[in-house]
This record gives sequence, structure tokens and C-alpha cells, in this order.
Amino acid sequence: MNLGQILHDLLFDYTLRTVAMGSAALGLVSGVLGAFAVLRRQSLLGDAISHAALPGVALAFLLTMSRAPLVLVLGATLSGWLGTLFVITVTRQTRIKQDTALGIVLSVFFGFGMLLLSIIQRMPTASKAGLDKFLFGQAATLMSRDVVTTAALGAAALLVVLLLWKEFKLLSFDPAFMKSVGYPVRRLDILLTTLMVIAIVIGLQTVGVVLMSAMLVAPAAAARQWTDKLGRMVLLSGGFGALVGVLGAVTSAQVGRLPTGPTIVLYVSGIVVVSLLAAPDRGIVAQLRRRRRQRVQFAAEALAIHLLNHEGAPDAAVETAIAHLRQHLQWDESFAERVTRRTITSGLAERSNGHLRLTSYGREVARRAMAR
Amino acid sequence: MDRPLALEVRDLTVAYEEKPVLWDVDLEVPEGVLMAIVGPNGAGKSTLIKTVLGLVPSAAGQVRIYGQPYARRRELVGYVPQRGSVDWDFPTNALDVVLMGLYRKIGWIRRPARRERELALESLAKVGMAEYADRQISQLSGGQQQRVFLARALVQDAQVYLMDEPFAGVDATTERAIVALLRELRAAGKTLIVVHHDLQTVSEYFDWLMLLNVRHIASGPVAEVFTADNLRDAYGGRVAFVTPNAGSENGHLSEPQSLLSRGG
Repeated sequence: MNLGQILHDLLFDYTLRTVAMGSAALGLVSGVLGAFAVLRRQSLLGDAISHAALPGVALAFLLTMSRAPLVLVLGATLSGWLGTLFVITVTRQTRIKQDTALGIVLSVFFGFGMLLLSIIQRMPTASKAGLDKFLFGQAATLMSRDVVTTAALGAAALLVVLLLWKEFKLLSFDPAFMKSVGYPVRRLDILLTTLMVIAIVIGLQTVGVVLMSAMLVAPAAAARQWTDKLGRMVLLSGGFGALVGVLGAVTSAQVGRLPTGPTIVLYVSGIVVVSLLAAPDRGIVAQLRRRRRQRVQFAAEALAIHLLNHEGAPDAAVETAIAHLRQHLQWDESFAERVTRRTITSGLAERSNGHLRLTSYGREVARRAMAR
Repeated sequence: MDRPLALEVRDLTVAYEEKPVLWDVDLEVPEGVLMAIVGPNGAGKSTLIKTVLGLVPSAAGQVRIYGQPYARRRELVGYVPQRGSVDWDFPTNALDVVLMGLYRKIGWIRRPARRERELALESLAKVGMAEYADRQISQLSGGQQQRVFLARALVQDAQVYLMDEPFAGVDATTERAIVALLRELRAAGKTLIVVHHDLQTVSEYFDWLMLLNVRHIASGPVAEVFTADNLRDAYGGRVAFVTPNAGSENGHLSEPQSLLSRGG
């Protein structure tokens, strides 16, 4: 299927359009909330919440025998919330550290959820079909009532973020100061965490509990690479989330029974890898280049000091000969050449008859460097 | 003394899981002093000011700011946390951090307007950081970060300032700038309560002193409190010799443990 056909279907094919809209909405919401989760170092909490939501989905189904999205989302929210509460309480009241508490909640809740799922699988009812899609997600099964639920809950969450923007910013940066000026920090913390739970549960059916935290963490981690402004980071993260949501959902819907969660993770990993490597300033490539430039700059200053030390001395003629520099300073050929060039281009020294001679500027720089 | 008490602490006990950090501490700080809280590591200095601010719950005792509980006097108090208490890689700039000092006044939902930006800029200028307003905070040096925190407290326009180790890990320029600023604030009638580590600079920088080591050891004017006896009490005999009430010409000795020991 070619790109034009896919675009056409996105606009006019009812099923595909539903899938795309639903996944765009959940990607946007989880990207935005994920930015705060990453900045507050709660990335793993997202993973625990999504796993903890599974028994809630199963119980909600067992109790109501209904697969209405609102019912399942409510069950997921309650159980995800319970898991969060457990993590917070255990961390605060016992000597168990947070990572351990997260691990306990994640595995115990998930295990319980799997148990319930297998019980449901053996039940003779017809309506059980498709609950196992909550494991790895199946975007193709999204229906318009799912999209409406997702969009409504997501819009509410985003509205709260918009209204409490500066409060959430301060909460993420410096909660102690926030408390000292009289904000109800605890309640705001609970509110922001609740929004995170909402962002997670609306994505469960599409992305699945196992990989939902990728939708929370990965877009935010990628976005952080490109900007130093919270507003831009949150927008970018939401944008990345929506993009990979649509890409993953459409791909998995087009390619038979491909689960959506893993597909989305593949796309988002691509964005993360590119961001880690290529982002200006924070990217690995930029950092390597900067480090190399600094090394040459430092060597150029060292060379200036060397020249200054031998200036006017009897051995000056030997020590300042470009051909000898390599040998004396133990630099390999290409590095020595680069440093020599840098010394000249940055005006520290001049070339004359195969020798390097300090400029007055170079002398000053060398003196200052030595005084440091 | 007729001056009103800016801060009054009575019988304050704080414990972390039954381990007392502060035992029955009393403290009276008159308005308009520049006070250091000094004591060994683990003496409860930070805990004391965090308890005053309501950040750490107390097991017993009470705190009064100008005669009222902290919750009623919040707008009179400015707080400078330890620099290391936040993540400086947070995506924001210096001006934005200073603006955070105004959030409560701006109120819920509303965003900072031009007037608040001007106040924040003025405050940055007072700490010599005006030209760094747009700088990403991770690109500031430790001293500059500390000054951004000070600017955030300044913009709160408080009467009483509580500062947790503002001199920790800053360069000499910043240290001088902070001292000048503290004196300016005192001259304007503010009360400054500063957790401090460097015994050598106590007499030079401060006019009021509290020695703390879980218990309240002594407090009052530096000239009366900064004595060899009191220091020995506070540091548990580990300080055999410091130079009480002397200048700081022999450099900085930040932890008295390094000054020879008797007990230990």
C-alpha cells in the first residue's frame, strides 16, 4: 500500500480515521504529562501505574460483564491509583526504597491482573473477547466510543495542565520552596499524579499495559534534547507522542495482527535515538565535537605558553620551529597540525620561516592562562 | 531589648523516626539582625529553619513570626533553600526561577505579566545577574545559581529571610556579593537568619549568632556568644582552638574538625 493510499484512508476510511484520531489524542496527552513525569523523576512510576491498571480492567469486566470503555477505564484508574498510593505509602512509612516499592507494585499487580485475565479467558461468555489486547495493545479495535472517551478525558487533563501551568512548573522544579510560600503542595502533587494516571489508562487499550510507559517517557526524553524551555519541551513531547501514536496505530492496523504497543515503541525509539545523537547542544555528536574543539583550544593555549617560555631564550630557534613542535610536545601529526592552525587562526601566533612567533595578543593570553 | 521579635522558637523538638534532631530548642531573634546559625554537621541547622517554614513537622514546640504562627505570616518570610536541593538541569532560565518567588502573589491560573517580569529583573540586577536573565540555569556557575536563588527570595519582598547555606560552594566574588547584599538588607530593617559553616567568617559577616548542636547552646550578639567555651560546647570538645572574635585573615577553615582535636 502506498503513502497516498494511506493518506486517503486516513481521511476517508472510517476505521482508520478513528484509530488515528484515538492514538493521536492519547499520544498528545501522554506526551504532555510524560514531560512532567520525566522532570519529576517519576518515569518508573508510570510503568508501575500502567501495570497496576491491569487487574482493574479485569475486575471491572468481571463485576459488570461490560466492555464499555468508561467502565474499563474507571477500573484501570482505580487500580492504577491504588498502586500509586501503595508506592507512596510504602516509601514514606517503611524503610523500603522507592525503586523496590515500584518493583513490588508492578509485579504483584500485574501478576494478579494476568491471573484474572486467564480466568476470564476460560469463561464461556462471548463478550470476553479481546480483553487480552490490554497486554500489548490493539489499535485496530478502537471504536468511536473509545475515541470519545479518550478525547474527553485527555482534553480535561490538558485543560488542567494549561490552567495550573506555573504551579506545575514550580512543583516540578522546587516543591520545598513551593510549600514555604503556602501552596497546598501535597494536593497539587496528587492532582498531577492523577493526571498521569489518566494519561496512562486512556492509552491502555491501544498501547497495552506492558509498553504504555514508553509513551510517557520516550517522547519527553526526546523532547528534552531539543530545547531548554519547559513550554517548548512539553509541546514537543506532546507532538512526538501524537506522531508516534498515529504512526504506530496506523501501521499495526494496516499490517494484520501486529500489536500496536511494540510498533509504537519502534517508532518512538527512532525519535529518541535521533534526538540523543543529533540534537544541537545536548546531542552526543554536538558534545563530542565541542569536546574536540575544546581540546584543540586548550592545546593552542598550551602551545602559546610553550612559545612564551622559550621566547628570547637561547634555544628559541629550535623550540619554536614548527617541525620540532610535534616532537617536543608529543603530539601526533594531524593533531599538531590542527593545533598549529588554530593557534594561527585565533591570532595567538604567526608563522614566519617555519617558526611560530607569538603575537602580543598571544603573549597576553599565555600569561593569563598561566596565572589561572 | 525593645525591638520586636522577628522569630521566636519555643521548646521545639523535631525527630526523624524517633531519633531527635532538635531537642527542646528555644530561640529569640530580634528584628533587624544578621544572624548565623552555626554548629557541627548533623546539628540540625537546616532542620531548624525547615521546621520554622513548616517543611518539616515538629514533635513539640511552637514557632512565631512577629508573634503569629508561620501560616499567618508567610508573606513576611523569604526562603533560600540549599542550592543542591533542586535539579539545575531543569529546562528554564534564570528570570523564570526568580519569577517563581512571585507566583503566590500573582495567584492561581494567572501568568506573570510585564510588571512581574520587571520586578524579577530588578531583583536579578540587585545580585549582579541582570545580564544572565535569559541564561539556561544549568549553564550558570554554582555561585551564579546561588545568586539566582537569592534574587528569588528578594523578589518575595519579605521582612525575615531564612537562608540555608548560601555560602556553600560559591566563588569568592559571589561570597562578597552575598555579604554586601545581606548588609544592605539589614540596613533596610530586614532580619536575616543564615545557616553558616565557616567559623572563621562569623565575626566578620554577622552581628548575631546561634550555636546549635541538637540542643540550643547559646544565642545572642556575636561578641557575647562566640566564645571558646560555647564553641567547645557546640562542637563537643573537638574544637581545641578557634579564634573567637577574630578576623578571617588566616583563610577559610570551614569545618572545625580540621583544627586539631582533643576528644573526637
